Amino acid sequence: MSNSETMASLDPQPDKSRRTLLLAGTGALGVVGAGFAAWPFYASWKPSAKARVIGAPVEAFIGDLQPGQILRVQWRGQPIGLLRRSEEMISLLPEIEGDLSDPNSDNAEQQPDYAQNQHRSLKPDLLVMNMFCTHLGCVPELITEVGAQPFEQNWKGGFFCPCHKSKFDLAGRVYSGVPAPANMVIPPYSYIDDNTIMIGVDPEGAA
Amino acid sequence: MAKPASTLSRQVDAVGSWIDQRIPISSFWKAHISEYYAPKNFNIMYFFGSLAMLVLVNQIVTGIFLTMHYKPDAAEAFASVEYIMRDVEWGWLIRYMHSTGASFFFIVVYLHMFRALMYGSYKSPRELVWILGVFIYLVLMAEAFLGYVLPWGQMSYWGAQVIVSLFGALPVIGDPLVEWIRGDFFISDATLNRFFALHVVALPLALIMLVVLHLAALHEVGSNNPDGVEIKKNKDAQGRPLDGIPFHPYYTVKDIFGVGVFLTLFAFVIFYAPEFGGYFLEKDNFVEANPQVTPQHIVPVWYFTPYYAILRGVPDKLLGVLLMGAAVMILFLMPWLDRSKVRSIRYKGWGSKIMLAVFAVTFIRLGMLGVAEGTTAETIETRFWTFMYFAFFALMPFISKYEKTKPVPERVTS
Repeated sequence: MSNSETMASLDPQPDKSRRTLLLAGTGALGVVGAGFAAWPFYASWKPSAKARVIGAPVEAFIGDLQPGQILRVQWRGQPIGLLRRSEEMISLLPEIEGDLSDPNSDNAEQQPDYAQNQHRSLKPDLLVMNMFCTHLGCVPELITEVGAQPFEQNWKGGFFCPCHKSKFDLAGRVYSGVPAPANMVIPPYSYIDDNTIMIGVDPEGAA
Repeated sequence: MAKPASTLSRQVDAVGSWIDQRIPISSFWKAHISEYYAPKNFNIMYFFGSLAMLVLVNQIVTGIFLTMHYKPDAAEAFASVEYIMRDVEWGWLIRYMHSTGASFFFIVVYLHMFRALMYGSYKSPRELVWILGVFIYLVLMAEAFLGYVLPWGQMSYWGAQVIVSLFGALPVIGDPLVEWIRGDFFISDATLNRFFALHVVALPLALIMLVVLHLAALHEVGSNNPDGVEIKKNKDAQGRPLDGIPFHPYYTVKDIFGVGVFLTLFAFVIFYAPEFGGYFLEKDNFVEANPQVTPQHIVPVWYFTPYYAILRGVPDKLLGVLLMGAAVMILFLMPWLDRSKVRSIRYKGWGSKIMLAVFAVTFIRLGMLGVAEGTTAETIETRFWTFMYFAFFALMPFISKYEKTKPVPERVTS
């Protein structure tokens, strides 16, 4: 008699809402836990402390750079070109602006404010530019000859990407109708003196 | 006097049944091999499933032996591959079996997929067989790309640069995502090391799991055949399909013959043309990776070129990436795009036949344009074939629904 009463009290109607609460609570806690556990694995893929140190600024000596000559240095593993433009090259810059998709460098992400000008540089003669094509990261070739080229009839000198035929002028401004979506990137840089450039550091007073 | 042989066989049987009571080996063998009934009318197109398995085994075995000598380090990777080629005994053979195997994997898989398109093997009830197959194809492409980076030649490096920067086209998250994938501000040692881990551990595991699921789904619904007739509709008194034959010994024997022909061709390429004129191993990849100099002409390995052509043909980065992705992803929709009453191309109308033929030409022509120089005329032609590629899928629901089909026989033919 007392036994069957005990059995009945052991078999109550399940409390559905209690069950749902426990399930939801366990589930939610499990998801949060999984998120915390996943973080170290996600974060381990980010550039390591060593990679970030190697990303420090780089100095380049430009004293002996001749007009039309380009110096290549590495900054953060990216090829940075330093091109000395002649007077003639600078004078050709305005001529093809009709063929360019962003002649005024309105896309602010592609250069610091102090390089948002026609020559896209601090001083008109020296172009400091990340040499990666803005399409898929190949390195366009510098082609300084003026005149018809296989890829462009009205060529005034500039950069031509062998991978997917994107074209840029001598200030890295992109032509219209090519795969590259934007002008080539101007990295932050400043002059230490007339002959030395520091890549990776803005000029004093610039944002 | 008891015969020794029968004592021995009794003992073998006893061991067999002891094992069988503890793990279901014989029932597994029956269900999937000796009493798996496959249609009796398989033709030459049905070799490529088992051949794909063979190449997978080849890749895994040769891959394991290559990891014993390869160094996943940007400073040593290129030299370690040359070390395998020159100094490791038979290393050249193992490496060429692996590199040639990659291209043969895609040849076999493309033919296997084309077979499915011909005979409607993706149609109900085989939708999941097809979808799992498309997942295998996706993982295979990732696996092939990662593997191509490992020798750390110029094409490895710049191929990685191009493919990884595709993710940079995504708005907002693009640039941080690219940096996260590379683990550095450029393609570097960190990138190579993680690509190695993915290539030798993560993706092979995923691939094997997907192959198991692909076969489990196939054996649940049963194989299609060139007539697209459901053999399970006509069964004998024992419940065996009248048009079915046990996989073993009938198709094991047939597949072994296919393996023989395949290995002959495979060996010929390994021994006489392992680079295959620069299509299986590109010439630029025999130059060590140099982050400062782009090769004159970056092209992916041949099996990616149709999609690469689509990417190149679009004069907008994000749109190009999206269109290229869509070209692969649209395969998932096949089971629902084909609204025909019949499965096999044999009983479909002229519209479907022409569309499939044009699609085959489109895919090959896009592949050819993907390795071309990319002149203006070629770009315009690429856009035409890109349009044709998507037209195949876009028109399929209408053509397959409204065209006149031929009557399908009750039983398989021939």
